[in-house]
Amino acid sequence: MTATAILAAEGVTIAYGERRILADVDLAIAAGERVALVGPNGAGKSTLLRALTGLLSPRPGVVRLCGDPIGDVDRKAVARTIAVVPELAQLPFEMAVREVVALGRLPHEPPLSGLRPADHAAVDAALERVGITGLGHRDVRELSMGERQLVFIAVAVAQSAPILVLDEPTAHLDIRHQVEVMQLLVDLNERDGTTILAVLHDLALAAHFFGRVVVMAEGRIVADGPPASTLDGPRILSVFGVDPALVRLPVATA
Amino acid sequence: MTRAKGATGPAGRARGRPALVAALGGTLLVVILVLGVGLGTVQIGPLETIGVVLWRALGLDIGVTWTPATETIVWELRLPRVLTAMVIGAGLAVAGATFQGLLRNPLADPFVLGTASGAALGAAIAILLPVNIVLVAFGLLHTLAFAGALLSAWVVFRLGGAGGPGGLTRLLLTGYAVASILAALLTMAMYVSGSDLRQIFAFLLGGLGGSSWPRLAVAAPLIAGSCLLIVLRARALDGMLLGDTAARHLGIDVGRERGILLALASMATAAGVAISGLIGFVGLVVPHLVRLVVGPAARRVLPISAIAGAALLAAADVVARLAGDVPVGVVMALLGAPFFLFLLQRTRTGYEL
Repeated sequence: MTATAILAAEGVTIAYGERRILADVDLAIAAGERVALVGPNGAGKSTLLRALTGLLSPRPGVVRLCGDPIGDVDRKAVARTIAVVPELAQLPFEMAVREVVALGRLPHEPPLSGLRPADHAAVDAALERVGITGLGHRDVRELSMGERQLVFIAVAVAQSAPILVLDEPTAHLDIRHQVEVMQLLVDLNERDGTTILAVLHDLALAAHFFGRVVVMAEGRIVADGPPASTLDGPRILSVFGVDPALVRLPVATA
Repeated sequence: MTRAKGATGPAGRARGRPALVAALGGTLLVVILVLGVGLGTVQIGPLETIGVVLWRALGLDIGVTWTPATETIVWELRLPRVLTAMVIGAGLAVAGATFQGLLRNPLADPFVLGTASGAALGAAIAILLPVNIVLVAFGLLHTLAFAGALLSAWVVFRLGGAGGPGGLTRLLLTGYAVASILAALLTMAMYVSGSDLRQIFAFLLGGLGGSSWPRLAVAAPLIAGSCLLIVLRARALDGMLLGDTAARHLGIDVGRERGILLALASMATAAGVAISGLIGFVGLVVPHLVRLVVGPAARRVLPISAIAGAALLAAADVVARLAGDVPVGVVMALLGAPFFLFLLQRTRTGYEL
């Protein structure tokens, strides 16, 4: 399994002092997979993403990117392989949407030459795919939270990496935009072969759009598989502590 | 949707214009150079000015005659002063743009790491020392001011731990705290300074009276070199606007780049204030004015800020000299600040903090 994984966590443990955020997590993601990561607040989802993308070094444990320990891979090479949708940042200056999205090309740009025609094309394509071409010249700070979220998704799309990682990409979006983002992820996955790993809070979206759902609780992976098996009633009750009847999932669960 | 900006906003029209802006700025610099050398208690015509400069710099004779006194005024007094103003103005503007981007704070200026207080304390100590040691041609005052500025930036950087969560706020607050300590010591020094008070005060107000070829020869390479190295890192500076985490995901070694950029910007600042004393405003305002015209990309903001800062400080110094040698810092604040207020009222870009 590990041999074919494009991204893998092996025995990953992350602790702040005595507090273990992640405890011996194993997760292997094959190239071309579409994986949703769910779990209650504080389960360690975001920490796992930080470890998987090389921002945190596990101790003990190792994260492998295409088989190599991610810590040994050059930063820019990592950034060309894994695109992470940035958190919504407050920009200090007026900045056009297009200029922000163009930052996604940083790992590809030669150090001094700036954006090449191919980079401009990638930025255009990203704007188009996320559906914000019309916003290109607007100041990002004038946009609604939802629009900003789409801009930051476009940054990662412009990065043109084989792996796309998203942490709650739909938090500020209305229902229509949530579905559109999910459809974009499916499209990037099925048409371009992009490997997708997304932390989602909405179990219905996860179950509907993702064939593989990984459930985390208290720093561990407690279930991993198709949503029908990982998001069944007893698990929703045990992991999230809510009545499963409140969460109507678009799949037949056992 | 409050404003119909679209493609006409600064961000939209940015591409394609920086070359024009740079060309205009370059021409402006030459005009200010000629005016700055020509204007003063003794007026010297533009042709004579150009004649002397070309003759002394390149050995070119353009068929204009002048007196030896004119040559001395142009070459020994005014030209180094105008060039020093330009170099320092450029350095402060680039440092300001760098700090604003790095700290993601539009209120940042070149003195956020305490360089101003450090330089001022260094200068005060030099003035109060009973001995007058001549350290090369730079002078004890300028040498200690330079050392004080760099030392203060280094201490703030070490204590502020410019990384980790909340690192930027911690760095800013550390800079504030260290500057407060240095300011207290400076006040103490001023209190005991007696008849030297006026000299310390002159440093605090800033002025280009201390300009000379040897001092320019020390400061110019430091400032120009720092600015050039900063410009070469412009894209990293852009990437860091998205925040540390996003910048790291884009392949930027944030800790290393930030350390290097802080060091370079502090060097450009320190080398400048060591000669001129404290000149505020240039470093804060010029980058904002430039962003209004060419947009926020550091690749454009940094070089054009250098030109604009050079032009602004040199022009302010001409005004200061014509007004009877008032401190240039005073001129800068009195003329520049109202202009900046006017722009803020008109543009309403809303500098969110």
